[in-house]
Amino acid sequence: MEKFIWAFIVGGGICVIGQLMLDVLKLTPAHTMSTLVVLGAVLGGLGLYEPLVKFAGAGASVPISSFGNALVKGALMEAQRDGIIGVLTGIFEVTSAGISAAIIFGFLGSLLFRPKG
Amino acid sequence: MSNKKIKKLTLTQQEYKVFAKAREPKRPVLKNVIRAFIAGGIICTIGQGLQMIFMMYFGFSEVTAGNPTVAVLIIISVLLTGFGVYDHLAQWAGAGSAVPVTGFANTVASAAIEHRTEGYVLGVGGNMFKLAGSVIAYGVFSAFVVALVKITVKALGGM
Repeated sequence: MEKFIWAFIVGGGICVIGQLMLDVLKLTPAHTMSTLVVLGAVLGGLGLYEPLVKFAGAGASVPISSFGNALVKGALMEAQRDGIIGVLTGIFEVTSAGISAAIIFGFLGSLLFRPKG
Repeated sequence: MSNKKIKKLTLTQQEYKVFAKAREPKRPVLKNVIRAFIAGGIICTIGQGLQMIFMMYFGFSEVTAGNPTVAVLIIISVLLTGFGVYDHLAQWAGAGSAVPVTGFANTVASAAIEHRTEGYVLGVGGNMFKLAGSVIAYGVFSAFVVALVKITVKALGGM
């Protein structure tokens, strides 16, 4: 139960950061999301994002910042095994589920649905 | 807007800028922030619930359960986008629905659906990542740099 509360608070908190970037810094949604991904990658590199995921579960792994963290994680994991070339080959290792699902179901969606309006 | 850009405008255009700025509706920042917090929190809580289901019934560990959770959230998001529900949600929630991975799926699905009239190859295939592409491009490049820096630092004996 505690996990749910932390997921809500941390996940909501990351969205608040995004909303502040939209409203106060007047960034576009694309700029906001790109910035959050880069932030996630940097935090992942510093080893700060994994503890957050452990602590808040989906609250940290569902927001887009976890995409950056997962990219770094995949690159480092494979680099440990295969050396420096692993950075290239491993970068999508962890995020494959997210990207593949988005492409596959996005494509299926375009077959099923018609644009509105 | 940078000073350089402002200087290029004629006097009337500058006056208009000031005029427009004074009449721009104030953004209700606090209301937006509260809405983003609630919507984002709820989406993450649903994700947490899915994660628990995958851990309890499908034998995923705490680390690996994140992947199927993200996939299920993406399917839900694509369906909601197709039925036109996600747009309404996004209007209310702002960043609360854009920042979670569902927002990423929404940009992919909405771009794909919107451009289907231009054909399946040029329209759907070509435009699918119109909005989501920047996230992938910046994510991958920054991850590449971060990973290289980290490996270098490690090789030099730090951390």
